[in-house]
Amino acid sequence: MNAHLWANFLNSVLSHPLGSTLLIVACWPGIAIACLLRPHSIRYVARFLFPVGALACVGMFLLAGTFLISGHSTEVMTLPLGLPDLPFHLRLDALSAFFLLILGLSGAGISTFAAGYFRSGEGTAPGLLGLHYHVFLASMAVVMLADDAYLFMVAWETMALTSYFLVTSQHRILEIRRAGFLYLLMAHLGAISILLSFGVMQGGSWQFTFDAMRNASLAPFWATVAFTLALLGFGAKAGLVPMHVWLPEAHPAAPSPVSAMMSGLMLKTAIYGLLRVTFDLLHVKFWQWGVAVLALGLFSALFGAIFAGVQTDMKRLLAYSSIENVGLIFTGIGLSILFAASNMRLFAALALSAALLHALNHSLFKSLLFLATGSVLHATRQRSLGKLGGLIRPMPWVAALALIGTLAIAGLPPLNGFVSEWLLLQSFLYTPQLPHAFINMLIPLGAAALALTVALAAYVMVKFYGVIFLGQPREASLAQAHDANWLERIGLAWLAAGCIAIGVQPQLALHAAGRSTGMLLGQIIAPDPSVWRIAPIAPEQASYSGWIFLAVILCVVAVTFLAVRLLAHGRVRRTAAWDCGYPWQTTRMQDTAEGFGQPIRHMFGAFFRMERDLPSPTDLTPRYRVHIEDHFWHAVYKPIAAGVQRLADAVSYLQGGRLAIYLLFSFLTLLGLLVFVL
Amino acid sequence: MRGIAFVWQFGEVLLAIALAPLFSGWIAKCRAWMQNRTAPPLTQQYRMLRKLFLKDVALAENASWLFRAAPYVLFGTMVLAAAIIPSVVTDLPFASAADAIALIGLFATARVFQALAAMDIGTAFGTLGARREMMVGFLAEPAILMVFFNAFLLFGTTALTGMVDNYATHPSVFDPSVVFAAIAFVMVLLAENARIPIDNPATHLELTMIHEAMVLEYSARHLALIEWASSLKIFNYACIGIALFIPWGIAIHGATVGAVLIALLTLIVKLALCGAALALIESISAKLRIFRAPEFMAMAFLIAVLGLLVHLLLGANTSA
Repeated sequence: MNAHLWANFLNSVLSHPLGSTLLIVACWPGIAIACLLRPHSIRYVARFLFPVGALACVGMFLLAGTFLISGHSTEVMTLPLGLPDLPFHLRLDALSAFFLLILGLSGAGISTFAAGYFRSGEGTAPGLLGLHYHVFLASMAVVMLADDAYLFMVAWETMALTSYFLVTSQHRILEIRRAGFLYLLMAHLGAISILLSFGVMQGGSWQFTFDAMRNASLAPFWATVAFTLALLGFGAKAGLVPMHVWLPEAHPAAPSPVSAMMSGLMLKTAIYGLLRVTFDLLHVKFWQWGVAVLALGLFSALFGAIFAGVQTDMKRLLAYSSIENVGLIFTGIGLSILFAASNMRLFAALALSAALLHALNHSLFKSLLFLATGSVLHATRQRSLGKLGGLIRPMPWVAALALIGTLAIAGLPPLNGFVSEWLLLQSFLYTPQLPHAFINMLIPLGAAALALTVALAAYVMVKFYGVIFLGQPREASLAQAHDANWLERIGLAWLAAGCIAIGVQPQLALHAAGRSTGMLLGQIIAPDPSVWRIAPIAPEQASYSGWIFLAVILCVVAVTFLAVRLLAHGRVRRTAAWDCGYPWQTTRMQDTAEGFGQPIRHMFGAFFRMERDLPSPTDLTPRYRVHIEDHFWHAVYKPIAAGVQRLADAVSYLQGGRLAIYLLFSFLTLLGLLVFVL
Repeated sequence: MRGIAFVWQFGEVLLAIALAPLFSGWIAKCRAWMQNRTAPPLTQQYRMLRKLFLKDVALAENASWLFRAAPYVLFGTMVLAAAIIPSVVTDLPFASAADAIALIGLFATARVFQALAAMDIGTAFGTLGARREMMVGFLAEPAILMVFFNAFLLFGTTALTGMVDNYATHPSVFDPSVVFAAIAFVMVLLAENARIPIDNPATHLELTMIHEAMVLEYSARHLALIEWASSLKIFNYACIGIALFIPWGIAIHGATVGAVLIALLTLIVKLALCGAALALIESISAKLRIFRAPEFMAMAFLIAVLGLLVHLLLGANTSA
């Protein structure tokens, strides 16, 4: 009887996926309000409410997963909320379900970690932090469910505001306040751009539902204007170069779980928005759009990888790496647009699957690494790579789990980062079949830039992991570092398990992404007859099997280990490391993060604005200082800021401070209006 | 899948593991001959491995589990690569695990593990070697990708077994771009396997070493596994080169035992010639300064791109 009830309940949940999703989304504001009941109790907010939020995330993950796997049809709903005559339209389709899946999967890990991470006495009261955190989660989910521009923008702005408050939770520090303002400014410039894009897309019908936009017939010019505005707006949110300047400031400023949320999840809402607008609302009209997205994406990817290579702050390094990964996702989207507009649907589906899968993968491994830096930060109170080192010994759990994230983000098989990058390279292989001869000659160079980016990412991640966790501790205090607590470990392990599972068995994730490509392009990549491997186009052309990779490597390792033990021996003698005959070395003399950046600075010097103070050889207190900025800051943002400042100064003449003058202004305005009306 | 395929598969892997030190020994012998030195015996590598396996490991006090596990992982990745590359037969069950691009990823895994292990002790040389190795890696990857891109345009597949099948069944396929690709591939091979002009396997001079700097802290069985993996790596690269550019003789799908034996003989002859050619290149070129390495790799990349452009401009038949 009981089992029967449960079956009924499950059945009704699955047959009304949108309603169930909304119920889960509603949990988060509920938790947010509950956070205010005892806002100063860290035990109540963090140890109790955050795990409940994590459970809601797991629920979201399972729901979105079953929606995608079962191939449930699109569901729409109108909620009589909001303004009169402007009800909220909601829609759950394959695309939003895929991004909700990302939200649930990574959100669960991040919330679990956050439950163990937040300590009392760090900036904002825990209750407020919990409030912003859960509203932030809910607003991201609503962005993905919105089916009209009104609700979309409301959720989008809620997301920007709550994340602003989260970034500035340590608001007593000047740099953090500045980073927060920069972020808020860029978020709003992006939002204006998106709003204008929706304004163009309604195409004169003045209906702001997405359905109206889907059916609006736009002139090619206006379609391109809408696309450009959307690209600018969503690009600003995603951190696409040259709108990236806020990202390396804001992500490191936030507490680590918030950095993970922003990098792992919030950037994906921008990806979602661009896909929704380009493929669903504008129906991919011109291949030139694809070239623009592809070029911006590739440049961002390379730019991010190069800048990540020279960073000396571990969270800034990860922030630049996010720019790189967003660049890779945009590269996939660009290729997909290019293929789709040339009516090569299968290859478009391949490129789009790669982009979607990379979005999923990035949310997993980037969250994992940001959270790991959080543990390191708590254990050592150091963010600078120059003061870390050797943490694999005091923090074995974090080190082992971070290693998985490091290998995944470096794009190494058999982990997940490799699968999406491999698919992306595969889709580049088919570009010579495009009907544009000139583009065909250039795109292979794009593939090479992609390969360079991926290999640079491996370089960067070896630097990241090696300097933090390997070698000898650069400061004496590091020996007292403690490992993460068990809630943090569960959060990290959840994300690491995701990295391994998708890397070894990417079929399910590809199947889920296939629903989206099926909806947006009417085409899915060919399923492989064998469950052991993936073969996106045809098994004769290319295939990859994570299972064989993992199994063979593990078998060979085990057999070799046993053979060496049986045939030879396992004796070990511990000795000091070789000191090159110079016994006065200290651990501070190890190679540094700056040292790792040196080949990059040497080779890609044109990318940087570099100020460097080299000490003279006779200096008794030598100081080496290098300061690196990017050109965009000086070439684009400073002139614009100066221009705005001048304009504001000019307008400030009006503000004389005398009441009589202000009254005169009002009078003149009134007069002017009267003349205009009459 | 036929049972015999698994026999070929395991036979090929065992062959690679057994022959790899011999191949390294052969290159060393040829080098010694060309440089007018007394050549070490061909079995020198095996003797060295045996000696290393019997010694006690001298492990640095602060070495972590990563340092001890890396040699096994390295060896494992190279054995897996040997299982995927069609050196004797193309009827390999494991070959579908990875196409040529995934193979680059596999080599990258090995490289990252080796670099991480090198950083583990925290000595100056280890980190320096790791950094240089990763640098050579990111310079080499675009070039090798262009080579495989070119191969894809010619054969319509990135699976090495598929390329060999296509090549061997259409012997008339010849494209000028292959020459460019081959030159670029050899340059990448030299860089990736720590050979002159990028690195010198015989040096322990501080300022120039890459590979040797990374393995400086290793001893005994760990060092033996790393050395074995290194010789497997160059063996694998040579076999990839053979499969890409001179595949004739490799037993294609459904081959008889006789054909496989012939394939084995041809492989040995080809490897002997390749080893001699590598020794010749190494003997007549000088080691480059480390910051000339980007130029060398950029050249490899440009040659590969040139091949690609030649192919596209000639508008050759894209899939044979």
